[in-house]
Order: sequence, then structure tokens, then C-alpha cells
Amino acid sequence: MIPELGHFALVLACVLAGLQAFLPGWGTQRGNPTWMRSASSLALGQGLLVLLAYLALTWAFIEHDFSVRYVANNSNTELPLAYRISGVWGGHEGSLLLWSLVLSGWTVAVVALSRRLPMLFRARVLAVLGFVSLGFLAFMLATSNPFDRLIPAAMQGRDLNPLLQDPGLVIHPPMLYMGYVGFAVAFAFAIAALWGGQLHAAWARWTRPWVTAAWMFLTLGIGLGSWWAYHELGWGGWWFWDPVENASFMPWLVGTALIHSLAVTEKRNTFKRWTVLLALLAFSLSLLGTFLVRSGVLVSVHAFANDPARGVYILGFLALVVGGGLILYAMRAHRIESSGHFELLSRETLLLFNNVFLLIATFAILLGTLYPLIVDVLGLPSMSVGPPYFNLVFLPLMLPLLFLAAVGPVSRWKKTRARELLRRLQVPLVLALAIGTAVPWAAFGSTSALVLAGTMLGVWCISGPLVALWRQFSRMRRGTSAGYSLRHLPRHMVGMTCAHAGLGVIALGIAFTTAFSMERELVMNEGDSVAFAEHEFVFRGVQEVDGPNYRAQQGHLSVYRDGEPIVDLRPEKRTYLVQSSPMTEAAIYSTVWRDVYAALGVAQPGGGWGVRLYVKPFIQWLWGGALLMAFGGLLALSDRRYRYRRKRRRT
Amino acid sequence: MIRGWLAVAVFAGLVAMLAFGLTRDPSRVSSPLIGLPVPAFQAERLASADEHFDSTALRGEWSLLNVWASWCTTCLEEHELLMRLSQQLALYGINHRDTRDEARNWLQVYGNPYRASAFDEYGEVGIELGVYKVPETFLLDPDGVIRYKHVGALDEEAYQEQILARIREGRP
Repeated sequence: MIPELGHFALVLACVLAGLQAFLPGWGTQRGNPTWMRSASSLALGQGLLVLLAYLALTWAFIEHDFSVRYVANNSNTELPLAYRISGVWGGHEGSLLLWSLVLSGWTVAVVALSRRLPMLFRARVLAVLGFVSLGFLAFMLATSNPFDRLIPAAMQGRDLNPLLQDPGLVIHPPMLYMGYVGFAVAFAFAIAALWGGQLHAAWARWTRPWVTAAWMFLTLGIGLGSWWAYHELGWGGWWFWDPVENASFMPWLVGTALIHSLAVTEKRNTFKRWTVLLALLAFSLSLLGTFLVRSGVLVSVHAFANDPARGVYILGFLALVVGGGLILYAMRAHRIESSGHFELLSRETLLLFNNVFLLIATFAILLGTLYPLIVDVLGLPSMSVGPPYFNLVFLPLMLPLLFLAAVGPVSRWKKTRARELLRRLQVPLVLALAIGTAVPWAAFGSTSALVLAGTMLGVWCISGPLVALWRQFSRMRRGTSAGYSLRHLPRHMVGMTCAHAGLGVIALGIAFTTAFSMERELVMNEGDSVAFAEHEFVFRGVQEVDGPNYRAQQGHLSVYRDGEPIVDLRPEKRTYLVQSSPMTEAAIYSTVWRDVYAALGVAQPGGGWGVRLYVKPFIQWLWGGALLMAFGGLLALSDRRYRYRRKRRRT
Repeated sequence: MIRGWLAVAVFAGLVAMLAFGLTRDPSRVSSPLIGLPVPAFQAERLASADEHFDSTALRGEWSLLNVWASWCTTCLEEHELLMRLSQQLALYGINHRDTRDEARNWLQVYGNPYRASAFDEYGEVGIELGVYKVPETFLLDPDGVIRYKHVGALDEEAYQEQILARIREGRP
């Protein structure tokens, strides 16, 4: 009964989405304020219904209702409660439901936080969001209904894919979707502006927090995904340039570009058309990512259902939404005019370069991701595009970006002097040169050019924005106490400093971990020891252990450093009882400076066990940096100018 | 607004390509691995989780390494040819992203052309080999060096002109 209720709620939500897509939009054409205002109630109703459907599916998971096909395929009576709740988004149908739920959530947030926007504009924004929602709800109902019954009901479920039974993956998809779908709001704002044929002076200010919020979630989602791959896939890698990873990375790059160009549009009233185009692009790439993941056009590490009908539908929807958006842009963009002027050396120019590099990087990744298809279509002479291609193309584009990330914050709008820049960047320059050469050499005895460049730019990128923040702090302190100034530093500026410093931290992490990671693959018998990368590993043997829904062979390795025991690692090889698939559960000892990572291989015919050992310096800095970036986004969102404006409007 | 229409045109091309991609399956793409020794990998055997499939075993004679899966319909197209080839050549399989039961069942129903298959459930070996479309077939010389890669169903023509020709050439 409850699954039927869920299904019914979805159908109703789909109808409301349809109304939300057309009624307010029609109202704006006809000048009918009642129709325009209906958008809010329709959006709220739709949000409630989708939430209801989502809860119904969750209930079916918790109560083990194996008469629902999707539950039978993705759950099991032995599955722990936490994974039953997260199992809702463990497969294709449930992922779509989560996507719709997240979109409704964003839409409700727009309804709640945009009361003061002009009615016409608001109605158009909500109409566009309703249209996107309609597309996904109809897609779900037509091709991937999560509430389909299984008759007769299964006695037992087939269990959740063991790969997905990991805390990292529990929160990875919701974060990622919050990011992906959040760009739908920016998209809707852009379409609404083009629809009206004019870019309101405050358009950039309205759009900015939405983009920052979506970007923050996407940053967390990508970081979590990488962290999960590192922990769960068992071969010590953290980024694979897999099509699905690329699908999330491309909107992130464009979203980053959008954040920067929005700053220019808001502050200097220029780059307007470009910003609108970026807002369209960011969501288009999110949709493209959905298409790539869901259609199975490209084979990837992420095994998802592969159904041609779904591919055709999403492609059609993609064509409609993005194509429609771009045509509207082509027809209307000439009406939008920029007014701000700037000199060759100015913050505007630096941000323009930032955008150019980010966009080229996105394009390069898009090309690499779609290359198998392009070859197929055009019959080109072939070249393979594995990680070597991406590293070769991506790295040279990132180095200038890192360089700019320190110069931008200390530059001035409109016009800045080279001598002034040099003076402000003296300290970062000295720090980068000193630390960049000394640390790799002292800690690792290395003078490889890439490590030197990575370290220098990492330090540069952390210290440059700090100089800008310090200047602000000094200016404020002249009038008041140090503590007061510190607390009242502009949050958006502290946020930007955090985000740029996070990028620097990631650069340091990548430079050190890529250059100095050591790995060893060997066969060990009980009592064997091996010295490697300044650590000694003693193999204590393997024992059987039982988990809730798996059995495991658990290895035991004692790790010593300088003769002192530091940790006992227990990597596992798990066999999940239902899907009978072996899973490697690596054991990782993380510190700020290095990870010691052990994975258990297979029992050797001649006795002993295959063991893989890694020592990975600085690897935690990658995710630390990503967290710092996301935190920067959060700080920027909490900036007083957003709160102040709301308060002032109320009075 | 030339720039806007340009974006529309580029996007239309992209959609056309993606639509085409939905209708197509295999392709022929050479690989940077050609001329290099086959990447070292170890995996369970499909037949039994307790036995290994080790890439170092792929030495001493010319051999074909075929990436396949029970869910892959194109694999059936080339299956008959592979059955024939198994009489003349050392043929090894990599069972890509499959379940053990279904893969074994597939071999039982259609026949097993492979001396042994590695069970690559999560596509880890596939990543090492740069696999992106199943089936793919690698030709290895007696030193274990990859000499040719075929993407998609292998056919008689490709076998004669690409594979057999290379083996004849390589043989003194």
C-alpha cells in the first residue's frame, strides 16, 4: 500500500511540476499576476509530494518490502539500517528520486529566500525550475519507476552493491546532487533574465549565493568521491579520470569560473553576457554528466544500468533544455550590455584569464571523455585517452591558474600597477622560493622540477591571498582593536582566502604524493617482515572474521617506524554473502604527513599471502584542501552583506 | 549574435554525436600500450576464486587476450570465430564486470574458447589495459608484448589481415 502511495505522490508531483512549468510562464506573457503567483504554492506542493514519495521508498527499504522490485534488487534482511536508508539511492531509480528530491529542495529554498525579487522574474525562475523537475519526474515515471512491484515478491533481496557499503559513499551522492542540481537555480536565473530580455542590475547579486552554495556542495561531493575511491577500491589511487568523475569535475570547473565572473559582473557591471553563458553551461554540463552516467554510452568504473530507452530520453531532454537555453541566448544576448571599462593590467583581466584557463581545461576534459565517441563518429585515426592524456593536458593549465590565484586577490579593480603587485607579492615570492626548494630537498632529497614547481606554487597560492587579507586587517586595525578587526573581517574575503589556500594545500598534496609515494607488492608468510620507505612491516598472519552481511579474511600487519611500533593494520578481503563478491577493504593509518596503506591480496598457491603496501606522504592534504575550499564557500555565504540586505528589506 | 548561434551549432553537433553514440557499439582504436609489455596484473580465475590468473603466464607463445562479459551482446558475434581460433592459438579471457555465475553459465551454454579467464569483477584489470568497450582483443607476442588491439567484435577479415599477418611476420 505504501509503495502505491509513493507512486501516486510521484504522479501528482509530476502534474504539479507541469503546471509550475507552464502556468506562471504563461502568466508572465499575459500579465496575469494570479498565475504568476501560483508558482510558489505549486513548488511547495510539489516539494511535499516528492518528499512523500521519497519517504515511502525509504519505508519500503527499512521494512524489507521485497515486493518492490527496486528494494529486492538493492537490499537484504541482513543489511544494516544505515545502509538500508542510504540504499535508497544505491541504484538507478532511487538515484533519480534523490535527484528530484534535491531539485525540489532547491526550488523550495528559492521560494523561501526570493520573496523580494520582482514578481515577473521570480515567476520565470520558478517556471524554469518546474520544467526541469517535470523532465526528471516524467523520466522516472516513464522508464525507471522505483515503486514497480515484483510479483511474486522475492523471499530475500539481492543486497546492496558491496562497493556502496561504505560511509564515504553514503553521503557522496547527496552532496554531488546538491551541487549538480544547485546549478539548476543559476540556470533558471539566467533563463529568466534572457526571457525578460534584460539583465537586472542586481541580477549578479541575486545569483551569486546560489552558485556559491551549489559549488560548495559539489566540492564536498567530488572530494568525498575521491576519498571513497582511495579507501574502497583498494589500489591506492585517488583520481582516475573516469568518465563519471569527469562528469562531476566539468561542472565544477565551469562553476568555479562562474563564481569568478559573477564577482566581476556584480562589482564592475561587465562580463555580463559571458556570465550568463557560463550559468547556462554549468547546468548543461551537469545534465550532460547525468546523460553519460545514466545512458551507458561510455563504459566506466561506475557500473550503472544500461538501458537505451533511458539514454534516448535523457538526450532528448538535454537537447530541449540546453538547446532551448542556447537558442534563447543567441536571440536575446545582444540586448545585454556591459558598461565597466578596465585597463590591461587589472583584476578584471586576471579574472578573465582565470576563466579562460578553466574553460580550456573543461573543454580538454570534455574532449577526452567523449573521445571514444568522436573517434567512432568521424572515423579519425585513433589515440588513446587514458590518464596520461588528462594529466598531460590538465597539468599545464593548472599551473598558471595557481599562479593567478595569488595575484588576483592583491590586485585592484580597473587598473593596477605592476610595481604595486610586485611589492605586495614580495613575501609570498620569498616564501615560495625558500619553502619550495628547501622542503622537497630536505625531506625527500629531491630536486625534480615538477615537485619544485608544485611546492612553490602551492606555497605561493596559500600566502598570496593571506597578504591581501592581512592588508585588509591592518587597514581595519587602525580604527579599532585587533580582536574586533579579526572578528569583523569581511566574510567573503576570508572565504576567498580559505578557498585559494585550499587549492594551494591540494597542490602541495598532489606534488608530494605523486612524486614520493612508495608501493610494494609482495608475498608474505606469517612472521615475515619487510623494511620499506622508512617503515618496517611484520606480517602476523590471517584470520577469519564475520561481519553483519559478509565474512572476511583479515590480515594483521604490525608497522614500525625507527624501531617503534606505530600501528597494527588489519586489511580485509571480504566476501559478501548474498552477492558473493570479494571486496578489498584496505587498512589505512593516516597522519598529517603520510598514510601507511595496506591491502590484502589473495592466498598464494605455494603458501603465504599477496600483500600490497603503500606509503603515501601528504595524501590527506588533498581532502583537507577540498574541505578548506568548501569551508571558504560556506564563509562567503555567511557574509554580512547577504544578511544585511535581507534585514534592511524587511524594515 | 554570432557567438550565441555558434554555441547553438556546437551544441547541436554534440547532441548529434551523442545520439549517434547511442546507436553504435564497437570501434577500432589503437592503444598507447602497443609495443609495450602487457601490464602486470593478477586476478582470480573465473573457474575458481582460489586460483590466480597472472599476466606473467602470457609468455612463451603468441596469444590472444580477449575482454568479454556475459552481458555483452557483441561478444556473441565474435564467439564462433573465437571457438575456431582456440584450436590454433592460445586464447585467454578477461571477464569484465560480470558475475561469476552468469559468466560461467554463459560459457557453458555457448562453449568456452578460453584456456583460462581472469575474473575482473570491478574492471580493475580493465583499467590497467585501457579497456573502454567490450569486447576488446589484444595480440601478445611470445615475449608478452602487445602487438595489436582490436576493439569490438573480431571478424575473419581482421583476424587474417591484422592478427595472422603479424604472427607470420614475427615468426622467423
